[in-house]
Amino acid sequence: MDTQIAHPEIVGRGNRDGAQLFREWFEGLSKTAEDGGQAAYVFVMGSLNEILNTFDLPVVFPEINSLQTAVRRVAHEFLDQAEDLGYSPDICGYVKADVALQHRGGAHPMGRVPKPALAVLTNACNTYIKWAEIWERMYKCPVFTMDIPGTRQGGVVTKPGELDFENDRGYVEAQIRELILLCEKTTGRKFDIDRLRETMRHANEMSACWKRVIELNRSRPSLFNALTDGTIYLGVANGFRGTPAGARYFRELVEEMEYKAAHKIGTLTDEKYRLVFIGVPCYPIFRRFNELFTQWGGTFVNSSYLWFASGGLNLGHQYDLARPIESLAEGVLISVRDAMDSMFHQDRMIEDILEDFHVDGVIYHPIKSCRTVSTGLADARRHLGRRSAVDSLFIESDLMDKRVVSEAQMKNRIDAFFEGLTARRGRAKAAPAA
Amino acid sequence: MKERIFDSWRGKSLEEALGACRDLVEDTTFPTVKKWRQGGGKVAGHFQVYFPEEIVHAAGMLPFKVRGAAVEPTNADSHFGSYLCSILKTSLQIALTKTVELDLFVSHPICDAARNLAAIWGRNFAYPCQILYLPQNPNSSRSAAYLRGEYDRLLRTVSEIAGRKVSADDLRRSIAVFNENRALLRGLYDIKRQAPWLVTADEAYCLVSVGGLIPREEHNELLDSVLPRLRERGAKPEDRTRVVFEGAFCEQPPLDLVRMLGRTCYVVDDDFLIGLRYLTSDVPAGADPLADLAHAYISRSTYSPVQHDNDKPKELMLLERVKRARADAVIVAAAKMCEPGLEEQVAYTAALDEKGIPFFVTEFEENMTSFEQLETQVETFLENLLFA
Repeated sequence: MDTQIAHPEIVGRGNRDGAQLFREWFEGLSKTAEDGGQAAYVFVMGSLNEILNTFDLPVVFPEINSLQTAVRRVAHEFLDQAEDLGYSPDICGYVKADVALQHRGGAHPMGRVPKPALAVLTNACNTYIKWAEIWERMYKCPVFTMDIPGTRQGGVVTKPGELDFENDRGYVEAQIRELILLCEKTTGRKFDIDRLRETMRHANEMSACWKRVIELNRSRPSLFNALTDGTIYLGVANGFRGTPAGARYFRELVEEMEYKAAHKIGTLTDEKYRLVFIGVPCYPIFRRFNELFTQWGGTFVNSSYLWFASGGLNLGHQYDLARPIESLAEGVLISVRDAMDSMFHQDRMIEDILEDFHVDGVIYHPIKSCRTVSTGLADARRHLGRRSAVDSLFIESDLMDKRVVSEAQMKNRIDAFFEGLTARRGRAKAAPAA
Repeated sequence: MKERIFDSWRGKSLEEALGACRDLVEDTTFPTVKKWRQGGGKVAGHFQVYFPEEIVHAAGMLPFKVRGAAVEPTNADSHFGSYLCSILKTSLQIALTKTVELDLFVSHPICDAARNLAAIWGRNFAYPCQILYLPQNPNSSRSAAYLRGEYDRLLRTVSEIAGRKVSADDLRRSIAVFNENRALLRGLYDIKRQAPWLVTADEAYCLVSVGGLIPREEHNELLDSVLPRLRERGAKPEDRTRVVFEGAFCEQPPLDLVRMLGRTCYVVDDDFLIGLRYLTSDVPAGADPLADLAHAYISRSTYSPVQHDNDKPKELMLLERVKRARADAVIVAAAKMCEPGLEEQVAYTAALDEKGIPFFVTEFEENMTSFEQLETQVETFLENLLFA
């Protein structure tokens, strides 16, 4: 077998360039912090970067800062500091890491973040609201809650033109106009609708490409690991949303994935089992967590994380640049609503992809820190079990707090899961054809 | 009006009437809800915190406040993971075991956990299970108009389930019933604040709590009968610390815990079942009653950790509650695993600290059965205040 890669400049480019963009992004934020410049604090599910970019407001994603502390294995220091300040061990670890980071003057393992000139959040996660209240009290900065009504009942999704959709859309549009006024007041700059069109055009390209990247992972073998590689792509999708650099990155990522698909180039894992991941990764032992699956030949071909943590970018929604504000309202409503569906009603979505992605198993990973994502997973798994024969595994840990990560216990359960998969596959092969 | 479903207090002495309320609150079989259904009525279960019950009431349905129960969630446990508050599990438990049977379930995006409930219930029950999206940006110029539209959507769902059209007059009549209820509950809290020796913490709690279990007309009759008798009660004031209890906006502390507090101090204000008292004044029932309800939620409502409102900074609202109740101290509680409650504790205690108001921080769970340690801690805290 020829193990030479014909175009090494293409294969692996997404990971290389993604890491580079991230370093540059953090360096830029550090410089803004040193210069005393303005920044907006935002979240991954509905960052409204399209608007903030228009005002040249650098965006800080506290979720990503906190994640970095876990991946770099210093999260416990931040958690301890926040708990000393009165924050309960039973609340979101991301919040606590950020509290400590703010008490350290914005310092984190990748540099330093500036203080918030304003904070913009959606209701996609209620903890966003409580989190922003902390900055509001700490910095007296304006906090803008972009309230995005979600799906009211499983399976009932309203569409443009319908009475209830238009009620929601009108609400979101009014809030977008109010956010623009707040940005004008905060930055002292006039809103430029052509700049908005430009950022929306870049967001359109990123959205179309992200959808395509996910679709391409139906290939056998899978082209990227949704858990590990996917996290890098997600970082760019969020940090560079609506920017030329982001659009270029995703254009090239599609090119890379199409190349790999055409040449049957998969991940480094010899793929035996194709898995879907539901939840948020275990960042305190990120690499090891992934290895617990890959050492059995398990690869993650898709994940609900790729959907909700991209703020619904996976839908490929295209803004209508002829009516930017109205279309932005519609797009934000549809995509953030979809991100919420990916958490609350993901059982319906999983069923839809089982066949297309040739899924052998579904891994549910609820975490202590995030009740938004985790609360319904046990029930969703029961539901999936009633409707599909696909195997599934339910393991709990955390995205930040290594005190609730039991690697040995997880390994036992993961090994047992794969032993079951292997045995069933063996029996199926041995069974005479009907 | 349908046949009454809660009669055991009628014609009874004050103590017996209060005892009947306590028995109903502690009865985990929810007999009034069963009786309502046996009479052919339909039931809309609404999870904590606030719900516009008038809309359900106007359609002739019983609004039942889903607030968990003192039961073991043996069936519900396998539907949830770890690290979650108890109320989620016990609320589902009473539905899975058909202890209460509903025709509609509505939850709200009050917290990360509870907003999952509609999806979970929807996977387990055939009746509509929905989220009511109360605005999380009440400061938007569009929030009241949006909420009016959201209430209209709810009304359409409710009308379909009830099998009848609900007119504006129906809504106005319901608003009037609830206005009367709000006034009576304000009267009860006036007694708590002004003469807390006349009603113990657990008695007041039960009087409020039954409101979520029976038609509001019956609740009005109960309060109408009990409040004057409370005011004339022969109890005498004692030298007790006046305390505000904060942190029971969603999961409720066990009644024994409330009773224990009532033994050791005067609970002069609290946020027990605050959703039943969320609108702070009468709702004008004008030409567009849904709009009136929406406006009342935005502009004439109290506070809780699950709503962000620039016009209602929560710690300032708590300080106002303390001042209005002339309280000496605050018990800053949170249900175990309640993210908004636990996060708010930090802000509340910082504000109280700054004002020099003594506070005691604790956690509770609806199913806790042992209070000795907590009672000792509370007594020590209160004694420290007395001898400070």
